[in-house]
Amino acid sequence: MIAKHFNYFAPGSIPEALDLLRKFGNDAKLLAGGHSLLPMMKMRFAEPVHLIDMQNIAELKGISVRDDVISIGAMTSENNILRHEPLAELCPLLMEATKWIADPQVRNKGTIGGDIAHGDPANDQPAVMLALDATFHIVGEKGKRIVAANDFFLGTYLTDLSAGEILARIEISKQAGARQWGFRKLKRKTGDFATAACAVSLNVNGDVCSDVRIALTNLGPTAFRARKAEWVLEGHKPTPERLNAAVQLAMQSTEPAADQRGNEEYKTAMAGEMLHRALQDAIARK
Amino acid sequence: MTKHTVSFRLNGKPTEIEIDPRTLLVHALREVVGITGTHIGCETSHCGVCTVDVDGESMKSCTVLAVQVAGKDVVTVEGLADEQGLHAVQAAFIEEHGLQCGFCTPGMLMRAYRFLQENPDPTEEEVRWGLSGNLCRCTGYQNIVKAVITAGKNLREAN
Repeated sequence: MIAKHFNYFAPGSIPEALDLLRKFGNDAKLLAGGHSLLPMMKMRFAEPVHLIDMQNIAELKGISVRDDVISIGAMTSENNILRHEPLAELCPLLMEATKWIADPQVRNKGTIGGDIAHGDPANDQPAVMLALDATFHIVGEKGKRIVAANDFFLGTYLTDLSAGEILARIEISKQAGARQWGFRKLKRKTGDFATAACAVSLNVNGDVCSDVRIALTNLGPTAFRARKAEWVLEGHKPTPERLNAAVQLAMQSTEPAADQRGNEEYKTAMAGEMLHRALQDAIARK
Repeated sequence: MTKHTVSFRLNGKPTEIEIDPRTLLVHALREVVGITGTHIGCETSHCGVCTVDVDGESMKSCTVLAVQVAGKDVVTVEGLADEQGLHAVQAAFIEEHGLQCGFCTPGMLMRAYRFLQENPDPTEEEVRWGLSGNLCRCTGYQNIVKAVITAGKNLREAN
């Protein structure tokens, strides 16, 4: 319950935050919603010397929709995503998945950027970002860079983000947001992390699947795309045989960790079941 | 470690405390300010008995640092009643027997208070979903759901 002592800073702008990161290096941690970091600090799993609170940096918050792009500030809370009515139509997969994250209080604090940057395979937004071909806009000492969600998740709690960098915003193309979608999450109770979950987006034109994206949550060291399952559907009719083949291939690609949510076999079987349902949902949503 | 002076509004009153950065909001309220309605039921951010209102949003005060509420408006269960008496959510929890040991009640009331502003006329399912961040060991939730629906009805009629 009691975190180790630390120094606290609450910069008002990105340059100020970058200055602090430069000064303190690996001894500093960015504090976003604090609903992953503070719990770890209260257990003394994490003992940062300096906390840099991002809550006063207005340019990291909010959602804007322009031309072909939905742009979400990294410090936008999960509930502020749910409260953004246009997103229900522009990006229903994101809206539905966000509803299943944690509980109302946690969603008031937890941010989409923190959910992604934490790199926990159990978090939901990483798979949603993979299914939506999201891009992450990162600022650092050397300037800005853009990383695809595909290239971002490297391992458990390990992402492409380095110590001096800040995830500033997430971009999703309207085209990806408008794809047919499915999201299924098996969990023990409201607020729990997934035993198995999957996010799917695809188009079905003239009976043929295209732009198939299948991403799995809590079924390996990171959220990941089940590429072979995507390939078996891409360019084909979503017949029951094809869907079954995709499900089997996705199940072969899981590497779940056994824990209180179940052993490897159970989680893999549930991954298949969730994916089967999500694919059927996506196809029915034409 | 340097102490921080934190100024904020607490139940409508300007308040200033001096604390370590690591002090959780719940400890600041209970131990520094000395108001103890807000409780602690876990250390993993699940139970919601520490729920307070910060700038119009329900938050678990065990997972917010007290330094983070500088300049903000915090409401706790002690701030719900006014000169006219109990708030509608308090009255309805009594009427519908929505509490027994009373340990989760302050958090439940604070969440219900905000939830009914987010959704003034909720269905039973919406109440259960809207209060899913708050655990109770005594009631089995049934009477809490009734209390929130009753409070919502009374609030709508009063307006």
